[in-house]
Amino acid sequence: MKKINIERHELVPKHIILSEKERQELLEKYGITLKQLPKILVSDPIIQILNGKVGDVVKIIRKSPTAGEITHYRVVIKG
Amino acid sequence: MLEELPKSYLGELPRSIIEEVEEVAKERRLSEEKKERLIEEVKKSYLKGKFEPGETVGIIAAQSISEPATQMTMRTYHFAGSAGIKVTYGLPRLIEIFDAKREPETPVMTIFLKKRFNSRKRAKKIAEEIVEKKIFDVIRRISMNLSEGSIEIEPLNPKRIGTIIKAIKEKMRDITVRVKAKKVIIIPKGKVSIGELRKIRERIIETRVSGISGIASVVIRMEGEEWIINTIGSNLEEVLKIEEVDETRTITNNIHEMARVFGIEAARNLIINEALKTLQEQGLDVDIRHVMLVGDIMTVSGSIKPIGRYGVAGAKTSILARAAFEETIKHLVRASVRNEVDNFQGIFENVMVGQVIPSGTGMFDLVAKFEE
Repeated sequence: MKKINIERHELVPKHIILSEKERQELLEKYGITLKQLPKILVSDPIIQILNGKVGDVVKIIRKSPTAGEITHYRVVIKG
Repeated sequence: MLEELPKSYLGELPRSIIEEVEEVAKERRLSEEKKERLIEEVKKSYLKGKFEPGETVGIIAAQSISEPATQMTMRTYHFAGSAGIKVTYGLPRLIEIFDAKREPETPVMTIFLKKRFNSRKRAKKIAEEIVEKKIFDVIRRISMNLSEGSIEIEPLNPKRIGTIIKAIKEKMRDITVRVKAKKVIIIPKGKVSIGELRKIRERIIETRVSGISGIASVVIRMEGEEWIINTIGSNLEEVLKIEEVDETRTITNNIHEMARVFGIEAARNLIINEALKTLQEQGLDVDIRHVMLVGDIMTVSGSIKPIGRYGVAGAKTSILARAAFEETIKHLVRASVRNEVDNFQGIFENVMVGQVIPSGTGMFDLVAKFEE
């Protein structure tokens, strides 16, 4: 059986789960609560691979045709 | 204002601009001091180019996409002898993307092969393997023998009789299969009426013999140095399991399928790519930033939301804004039954009652801090 690593697909940007400290820093930097972040489901295939839990924040490093590279954040929600 | 910004320009300017600055500095052999000044200048014009807080980017994006889209309307419903695969494109496709339809009208896959398997022979072989073949495609004749209550199948190629029997046995339970004079005879167990026999025949015809379910037709073509397989019909999960398929590039045009297999971020990228491709095919030049905004808003909630009353517009918090969009009475009645409150934080509801809208300069309020 072939092993498929979906993280390597060219349309999938890099996802990194933030540590507790990084998460606090992020929320303080922008003065927001977790609820205000864009969301990602726990059932998302990438979150499954990273073993994310509800309430985690993932840092997403997107390749952008305009900015070169841009970081984006999503909070893991249930669903 | 500018002086107050931190000196470290890195992290403030986007990666592509930083790279460009570095490149120019290297090319012109700028001294550190001059480079510093260049960066300051670049930073100034970058800040000027940025949207200001309160700018209504959504409306600008909506206009920038829909104005060219109106130009598109007239041309798209025509198909004038196009060769190859007929794929939905133009306005119908654009609507399909933004409505986030479960299944595109013409699901299409682009299958890339791994470098070491890239040859015409290999591509052809894989193409033949994945295309879905039903019993219907591999037989010469199927007939019902009414006096004996059985079905006779005459295969096109007598050598493939084994695979046909196997496929039928896998799908149907209460039948016995026999081979007689190069024909497959299928006898249902117990007594069946003619109507039931006919139903069994229909089911047999539709049974898959080989290939991947959903892949209706396949075309191989050369792009650059590479052989690529294009399919009509899509089944990402199964196609990726094939050894030779490059799982890092193979895509489908079904956004939901992409989200299921590769996650929401990949789906966002696909929405952007597909929408932009559709516009560009029609010779329309829409800035990618507008399309990116649409991609973002469709995926903020973690799942794909269509633009429209069941998706983004339906999720608005303000009752009056929703009522103003579509299905006015439904929203008003529901809101009154549920005792909902409208906080007047959006644009629509404030326009309706003639207040200052929270956008542009109207977005800001004064906050006073009193010393205790």
